[in-house]
Amino acid sequence: MSVETPTRPDRPGGHVSLAEKAPNARRREGASRLMTVVLGFTVAAAIVPLVLLLWQVLANGLPALSLDFITQVEPLSYRERGGGYLHGIVGTLYMTGVAAVVVIPVGVLAAIFLTEYGGSKYAYVVRFFTDVMTGTPSVFVGLAVYALLVSGAGGAGLGFGTLAGAAALGILMLPIVVRSSEEMLRLVPEDLKNASYGLGARKWQTALKVTLPAAAPGITTGAILAVARGAGETAPLILTALGAREVVGALWGAPQADIGLLMVDGFTQPFDAGIERAWAGGFTLIVIVLLLSIIARLIASRSQAR
Amino acid sequence: MSATDTSTTKESLRGSGRARRADPIFRGLVLVAATSVLVVLAAMIIRTTLDAWPVFDAMGFWGFISGQQWSVGHSRSEVTGTYGAFPFIYGTLKISFFAILAAVPLAIGIALFINEIAPAWLKRPLASTVELLAMVPSVVYALVGIYFFRLYIWEPVGQFIASSPLGNLTFFGPPVLLSSYWSAANILAIMILPIITAICRESFAQVPRDEVNAAYAMGATRWEVMRKVIVPRSFSGIVGGTMLGLGRALGETIAIAFLIGASQRWAPQLFFGGDAMTSVIVNTFADAAPEAIWALLAIGVTLFLITTIVNVLARLIVYRVGQFSGDAAL
Repeated sequence: MSVETPTRPDRPGGHVSLAEKAPNARRREGASRLMTVVLGFTVAAAIVPLVLLLWQVLANGLPALSLDFITQVEPLSYRERGGGYLHGIVGTLYMTGVAAVVVIPVGVLAAIFLTEYGGSKYAYVVRFFTDVMTGTPSVFVGLAVYALLVSGAGGAGLGFGTLAGAAALGILMLPIVVRSSEEMLRLVPEDLKNASYGLGARKWQTALKVTLPAAAPGITTGAILAVARGAGETAPLILTALGAREVVGALWGAPQADIGLLMVDGFTQPFDAGIERAWAGGFTLIVIVLLLSIIARLIASRSQAR
Repeated sequence: MSATDTSTTKESLRGSGRARRADPIFRGLVLVAATSVLVVLAAMIIRTTLDAWPVFDAMGFWGFISGQQWSVGHSRSEVTGTYGAFPFIYGTLKISFFAILAAVPLAIGIALFINEIAPAWLKRPLASTVELLAMVPSVVYALVGIYFFRLYIWEPVGQFIASSPLGNLTFFGPPVLLSSYWSAANILAIMILPIITAICRESFAQVPRDEVNAAYAMGATRWEVMRKVIVPRSFSGIVGGTMLGLGRALGETIAIAFLIGASQRWAPQLFFGGDAMTSVIVNTFADAAPEAIWALLAIGVTLFLITTIVNVLARLIVYRVGQFSGDAAL
């Protein structure tokens, strides 16, 4: 005798009550919960390497980190402890600074062209190639600057040095500045510009005195992030700055040092002291890049709060 | 009295000739700035191609790409060595492929978690943490890869795979080297994760909320909504992000240069050392004779060609999906 299944007289026409769960609901909910856990693991897969990386840099760099690290140059021997990356820090900031001073104004002006005269076919071409340039491998930029500026055969023959390094970093920063500034300029309300035109201002007055100040915080954020990107680059500098063992002030004619280059020199040698300094250099580089991006974020959030 | 007043007002309202010229001058100025981008790009392409020409000329473009032997000459004026870039192109494509293979599913998962699962207060910190991965300089990745990851994670995992039944396949076979395609692919996967995640997040966020809510109203579970509404709707965004990640992977230099082995040869195994296009450039540049530098420039031009094709395709796809804002567009 089979167990009698309860009949449902209250279900005419086979309609299912909304309160009733489908037979496969349990499985589907289980699958959903399982996938939530799996997706959580993917997040862990990104965070764990980051934590390990930061921990390693801090733990290994600490022995070499002292005030000396930013006030002295490296001893001539990689076996010797002490000393620091003063020349590298100076070189990195010097080259990034020169690049920023030239590239940010040019990039912002180019962005003004893209927003104010953006409808033309030419603007579309510029925008497209700027994006293409963003994806250019940094080592190709290094090679190109070597061929254009450093090499005497067919190039300007400036030799390795600050200017060549700055040119490479600048070329890497330019498209980022252009595109981020363009987006910020685009966000300026049309009403604001129309009010300016209504008061009789010319296009250049509106662009420089109304649109640009209104977008300034955003543009600054983008520019600082571009500088941070440049400061962290090493590959193109191998081909353009070459590296130096003392503080170099010359704009060209003498190879320039860089934190990344010193790190490469240090960690490719089998000596503990040099490797420790490389870790400390990595720490310095991360601090510089992080400081820049925190400043950028602060500017961005302060302008949003207003 | 009033007559003189109106006349001066009219006079002051009328722009001077100089002011009228200001707008065209301004237009010219910004036009020059915009054109400088194109000029720089063109100068880079033309100069490198010209310098690399003797090598392409001697080897033939196809011969250069498919040649397996790379033996450098020492001439200052002519091409005397044999330049076959196949080992480098093979290595670059191999590590990029495996990096993408690992990074894309992870990036989709992270993007889904941040956008759909994480509580509101956790979204921003999580997104910033992933972005932090992109801020870490390449040279630091190289350092941590050399002295930590490859010693304690990648090599042991490689050993495990090579000693498992999979190891019978040539591809996963021993020996397992510390510097290998495997190590390089691993570091690349970590490095390209942020950009793919960013693009995925942006395209997931553009899925119409109505469709998502409609799916929930029909009784779909959260996973079903993600798999059947959000991901299919964002497919081209995911493809675009993948291509941008691929572009990054192809061009990554320092971290690869010290983790792939710099052997200037190619090997069919995954756990064996090899070389890549970017790494041979920075590793051999310092003591290269002029003709060897031409050959490195030829590799650079080839690399630029490949990455540009990938990036242009990526941009076309991403443009079609819609405008991206902020870091994701970079």
